[in-house]
Amino acid sequence: MSQSTLQTTPMTCRQWLMSDRPQSRLQARLGRAYMTWQRFSANKLAVAGLCIILLLILIAIFADVLAPHSPVIGNLGGARLLPPGSPGYLLGTDDQGRDILSRLLHGSRLTLLVIVLVAIIAAPIGLLVGAISGYAGGWVDAVLMRITDIFLAFPKLVLALAFVAAMGPGIQNAIIAIAITSWPPYARIARAETLSVRNSDYIAAVRLMGASPFRIVLRHVMPMCMSSLIVRVTLDMAGIILTAAGLGFLGLGAQPPLPEWGAMIASGRRFILDQWWVATMPGIAILIVSLGFNLLGDGLRDALDPRESGQ
Amino acid sequence: MSIPETVPTAGRSRARANGWAKSILRFLVIIVTTYLGLLAVTFFIGRVIPIDPVLAVLGDRAPAHVVERTRELMGFNKPLYEQFYIYVRDALTGNFGTSVLTTNPVMSDIRRVFPATLELATLGTIIGSLIGVPLGVLAAVKRGSIADQIVRVVGLVGYSVPIFWLALLSLLFFYAKLRWVAYPGRIDIVYEYSFTPITGLYLLDSLWQGQWDVFRDVFRHIILPAGLLGYFSLAYISRMTRSFMLNELGQEYIVAARAKGLSETRIIWGHALRNAAVPLVTVIALSYAGLLEGSVLTETVFAWPGLGLYITNSLQNADMNAVLGGTIVIGSVFIAINILSDLLYRTLDPRTRAR
Amino acid sequence: MSTMLTVDDLRVSFPTRSGLIEAVRGVSFTLGRERLGIVGESGSGKSQTGRAIMGLTPAHAKISAKTLNFDGIDLLTAPAKVRRSLRGSRIAMILQDPKYSLNPVMSIGRQIVETLRTHENVSKREARDRAISMLEAVQIRDAGRVFDLHPHEVSGGMGQRAMIAMMLIAGPELLVADEPTSALDVTVQLEVLGILDKLVADRGMGLIFISHDLRLVSSFCDRVIVMYAGKIVEELAASDLGNAKHPYTQGLLNCMPTLGTNRHPLPVLDRQPEWAL
Repeated sequence: MSQSTLQTTPMTCRQWLMSDRPQSRLQARLGRAYMTWQRFSANKLAVAGLCIILLLILIAIFADVLAPHSPVIGNLGGARLLPPGSPGYLLGTDDQGRDILSRLLHGSRLTLLVIVLVAIIAAPIGLLVGAISGYAGGWVDAVLMRITDIFLAFPKLVLALAFVAAMGPGIQNAIIAIAITSWPPYARIARAETLSVRNSDYIAAVRLMGASPFRIVLRHVMPMCMSSLIVRVTLDMAGIILTAAGLGFLGLGAQPPLPEWGAMIASGRRFILDQWWVATMPGIAILIVSLGFNLLGDGLRDALDPRESGQ
Repeated sequence: MSIPETVPTAGRSRARANGWAKSILRFLVIIVTTYLGLLAVTFFIGRVIPIDPVLAVLGDRAPAHVVERTRELMGFNKPLYEQFYIYVRDALTGNFGTSVLTTNPVMSDIRRVFPATLELATLGTIIGSLIGVPLGVLAAVKRGSIADQIVRVVGLVGYSVPIFWLALLSLLFFYAKLRWVAYPGRIDIVYEYSFTPITGLYLLDSLWQGQWDVFRDVFRHIILPAGLLGYFSLAYISRMTRSFMLNELGQEYIVAARAKGLSETRIIWGHALRNAAVPLVTVIALSYAGLLEGSVLTETVFAWPGLGLYITNSLQNADMNAVLGGTIVIGSVFIAINILSDLLYRTLDPRTRAR
Repeated sequence: MSTMLTVDDLRVSFPTRSGLIEAVRGVSFTLGRERLGIVGESGSGKSQTGRAIMGLTPAHAKISAKTLNFDGIDLLTAPAKVRRSLRGSRIAMILQDPKYSLNPVMSIGRQIVETLRTHENVSKREARDRAISMLEAVQIRDAGRVFDLHPHEVSGGMGQRAMIAMMLIAGPELLVADEPTSALDVTVQLEVLGILDKLVADRGMGLIFISHDLRLVSSFCDRVIVMYAGKIVEELAASDLGNAKHPYTQGLLNCMPTLGTNRHPLPVLDRQPEWAL
């Protein structure tokens, strides 16, 4: 269909995308995506955030190629605590003669691992709890939301600390602890979105056609929650990075010699007065990445959800 | 033309009393279930996750008969639900066991260290609100201006920076380089023995006793950590204030206020902010709770002898009684703050007051 | 009849990302101590005309006119301070829905007193007494009790009376009523209109009554302006409504239901693109 339109009336790609009479589902979807992208890309800061995140992903993929030195084996003999700008060590070295730049580049993998795993664990739990709660209503809703509220009322960081303390330090346990404490807001959002679509006509139509509640929730309710959930998860990424770094700083996250940024700050703490760069560099890395996620999240919210764009 | 406007007073007040009873009942249910939930989670962390909690307490070198005796003493031979019942009973009476590290009851330890954290977080919240609210108002009123952009960036950085890292750098800068503030800790060693605190809030205590030199010293110690915590709450508060103010400034009653001929100052501070204050109370309460929690990371850096440092020290020594006791206390304070902010919300918003 | 307000070639436009949106495009009329109705559909520019007279046009909008004169004061060049002192004391406005146009966290009495004390130097005691007598003037019984109520505690009709009291307490000479009864129940509409009618007549005020309801306007006003797409398409005396020449006005009149006649098919407004030129 769209092909023939293109041939009969020659129009630019932009016109085709912006058409208010899309000829196919694909064209409609692409058109909508294009409009969202336009709103998003008008926001310079959001684009900067996106670039930071893309850069982070590329660095994580190519860390082996990019890193000039090994992230774990240092030159104890000749290269301990070199200041930034030393030949061969752009950002200096730490107390074990390891190149800080290489450790930061490799550390991006750990950062990505943490946020991806937390998102993969926490978001579906929240989505499921919220969608079921909102769709089922009644006592199911009451019980699930009470549990969600109880978790929301907890001090997240302290609880995560206690979890890790009991399970033993390590990056897996840190991820589990963060995920366990971060699903409740997603459940709240999913429930709110579900409530707003539950009584709509199209859900009634699907129900009349004999769809099971399971199918309705999975295929017709959950997709409606996605865009606000994505925005919220993106905005939470920064918080997750900071929590993971905090756990690492307290020695409860990734264990040495893993180049986790928070743990790197902790190990640089002893030299802060004389060799400031050991603790400073990883902090800058954390700041840039979480700033990137915050900018991206803000931009996504404005682009996907114009109602909230005032914020 | 005369129009009777009848307002049934008796019926309304009866309905109101009924509503009050209901909301009090609802409050009680929330408090009880949330507290039970908190205890259930800490119980789970302390008793269920470790493979053998007795070994976790004694270490794996303990002789078998000691392990067996301890197991009995700690009640681990009983079924899990009975253990939980005892756990809840103990927690309600403030009995969180004994700290392995300090050999004191956990509760008396916490009572000793908590005022330090309370003082720090309170001052931080005061700084954050006093600066954050006006900044947020300014950003909303001058939407899109340079001022708005600056407030936005200040807030975003506050959202994105690791607090312990900023704490380290600020110590390096303000203490080591500039010597503007005192070294980490709460009070100079000179005053440590001459000064007897009453409430444990040193600023208030030294003021109350009229010891100006102590007050000055305490202030030089607290200002950096409190300022840092204040910055974090400022980031959150200014952002939310801006968003609430933008929402209020777009309302029709603002048009009406302009139509009445009120000055912009009065419209912004008297009308818009008065309405934005209702949700802002919750935000400030949440940021207060967040600072109490954030103290865990800042207190380590500033060697601040509060609950956060107590918890992190216990963590590093696998002192689970102390960790869980501290967690329960912070959790209880969270619950209390949530309830207080809810009550305050109700008194500030006449719409919920009537219901 | 002396002229109080002169509007000549008033234009209001809003710059947006997709171009300039012209809300009002050259509106001219004069007003004495009379009742002028402005009728039009949503987006016809009638509300923006009213707000331009009030000086409540949003800051990012562009506003221009050959003349915009109120009682010898050039509103376009008058400093913001002068315009502010005019608002509430000499020109006032009633908004559509009291549910949104009254400050929800302030008691009704305080909101009325606020208008008075902004423009007149009166004691708290006196302000309160005058506010209560103003509430009585808009026929609220038990005014002393309503004085202390919050907006959510009163009905829509009573809220709109409070709104009228709040806007008229400082004795303005010109009142812009922007859809003052559209948000109210039909039964309450007439009561509120009656109160408004009486106050306007007693105090000899000029009134600009903005509405989408042509019948209401024609029964309430002396003159009617019909707006379409930011322009005046027709101006006529309310009694002359039957002789409306413009097809749009005729269309609006045709939309009214009449009892006892067959209305099938329902007439639809016919819009010609050239009216908007």
